[in-house]
Amino acid sequence: MKLTLKVFRFNAETDYLPHYDTIEMEVDPKEVVLDLLNRIKWEHDGSFTYRRSCRHGICGSCAIKVNGRSTLACKERVVDMVETFGTELILEPVSKKRAVKDMVVDKADFWKKYDAVKPWLVAEIDEHPQMENIIPPSEAEKLEDADYCIQCGCCYYACPVVEVNEDYLGPAAFEKAYRFTADVRDHAKKERLEIVDQLGQGVWDCVKCYECAEACPKHIDPIGKITKLHNQIFEEGVAKSNVATRHAVGFKHSIKKHGILDEGELVLYSEGFGVFKHIPEALEMFKKGKIVMPWNMPKSKNLDEIKKLVDIASTVKF
Amino acid sequence: MSKLRYALYTGCTARESTPELLKSTLAIAKKLDIELVLLDEASCCGASHLQDFDPFLSLVLNARNICYAEKRELDMVTICNTCQLNTAMTKHKLDNDPELKAKVNEKLEEVGLVYLGTSNVRHFLYALIEDYGLDNLRDRVVKPLSHLNIAPFYGCHNIRPSELHHHFNRTKENPYNPTSLDELIEALEGNSVDYEHKNKCCGFHVDLQAPKTSNILTGNAIVDALDNNADVMVTPCPLCHLNLDVKQKAATKAVNRELPNPMPILHLPQLIGLALGCTPEELGLQHHVTEVPA
Ligand code: SF4
Ligand code: SF4
Ligand code: SF4
Ligand code: FES
Repeated sequence: MKLTLKVFRFNAETDYLPHYDTIEMEVDPKEVVLDLLNRIKWEHDGSFTYRRSCRHGICGSCAIKVNGRSTLACKERVVDMVETFGTELILEPVSKKRAVKDMVVDKADFWKKYDAVKPWLVAEIDEHPQMENIIPPSEAEKLEDADYCIQCGCCYYACPVVEVNEDYLGPAAFEKAYRFTADVRDHAKKERLEIVDQLGQGVWDCVKCYECAEACPKHIDPIGKITKLHNQIFEEGVAKSNVATRHAVGFKHSIKKHGILDEGELVLYSEGFGVFKHIPEALEMFKKGKIVMPWNMPKSKNLDEIKKLVDIASTVKF
Repeated sequence: MSKLRYALYTGCTARESTPELLKSTLAIAKKLDIELVLLDEASCCGASHLQDFDPFLSLVLNARNICYAEKRELDMVTICNTCQLNTAMTKHKLDNDPELKAKVNEKLEEVGLVYLGTSNVRHFLYALIEDYGLDNLRDRVVKPLSHLNIAPFYGCHNIRPSELHHHFNRTKENPYNPTSLDELIEALEGNSVDYEHKNKCCGFHVDLQAPKTSNILTGNAIVDALDNNADVMVTPCPLCHLNLDVKQKAATKAVNRELPNPMPILHLPQLIGLALGCTPEELGLQHHVTEVPA
């Protein structure tokens, strides 16, 4: 199989702008993307730079982007990439703006945010225990696969919010926070939840795009953990009343009242006084028949069923 | 082909802030002789937010919605990506976890319902492609869209998580290189525009708490479509539509771009409707905040 590789080249010490090398290569379909990186270095240009270590999808160092998709070079088969993108493959670092040399990026912000959730067990450890400290399987299962993260950053550099909000802690830090909030031995659950509950940096700023779930080579589903953190924030009484929490809770009230959502009422309930800033937009929408007046608000048929279900199935209070 | 029949779960948006979506969906169904039975009993799906607060309640309510499609012995179609996500995710969980299903049914029984798992749940886009077929659609085109460069905006929740999408659809859309909307545009004889942001997020779900994020993400998408010569954008998701259409000015401002002309944003059934010869009124084009030139 003949491929055209477009390879991102940049040296932060000497270059002002990056450029792309075009390399034609005869490739065996059994090869993985890391084989291509090796061959670029060995057969074309010895100065080509990339990270790799384990070659087994364990160390997390070889993450790059192929045609914009985050992936572990040592795990990704070339055939699958060709099936998705055709025979022209663009090889780039996971984040071009953080590039140091070719595929190598500066992960400083990734680690800083990772550290912000205290990625270690906080517990009083008895150095001379008399008995085994047994964790029942039912408790251990709550961690799910959260322990499998290899800090490769595939999710983080695929997250659109990380790119536009520099405070946002991002999917890897959240998944790690959950790793410990779900651990019965941990004593810092509330503290961690307070960190991820903060507007701006926390879980409320996630746009729910599922890019992280798609990108994770370990299939950890970081957004799934983010949802669990949301739930824990309410369960543990950490939630503060703000526009984000009232928005989530507002759905329940609105559904109970009308079955379907009352959009206007939801904005009013979530924003409180802040609702005034939506007035110009609301006027434009009103002119175009996009706002339903309260007296015309449609209701679901069999609304009594919905009301009853909200009463008997609701498990969370706020 | 025997007449196609589905239970239509409209979602809330199509009954409130995007009435044109429901109108145009019904209009093209009529033209294509597809029967859509409205699920008037259905409640809101929780729009991916209720589950953050009360995941069990979210499951029960979504299961109840599906019950009404099952009672009518019809597959359900959705016209909002996020409704699709919530409904399909609920179905997936219940169909794969008998214990959870029993717990949910315990509540549903109190209102005389039972969730069985017999109705499939797909976005109308994929029902059209998979059941009606693009070739049949092509045969019905009376006003080819060959004069238009059309940028498809897929919207996250139809294509991600891909595992869920692949479970319910025969179209195995690739989230990194989706093609269904492009193929549909070609079937209507329009020119589909290839641009980087076609499978990216519009940021709608943080509109209230992080408007800056939402505006930048939407702005990036519109500007990218424009720079690739799009005359119009089309989306299968009313939430994307709200961001792209209603918030267009704020969004393009957030990315420091002044548009020479506003970018018209069409709902998927409006685009199809234009090619099938529906009138602008039938498609509700007058409801857009960003004008759609005739
Ligand atoms: S779902 Fe949330 S955390 Fe994951 S990539 Fe999207 S915005 Fe980032
Ligand atoms: S969650 Fe997955 S993608 Fe993110 S850093 Fe960990 S292993 Fe990598
Ligand atoms: S693009 Fe935005 S509104 Fe549309 S499905 Fe994705 S998150 Fe939802
Ligand atoms: S080289 Fe270690 S994960 Fe790829």
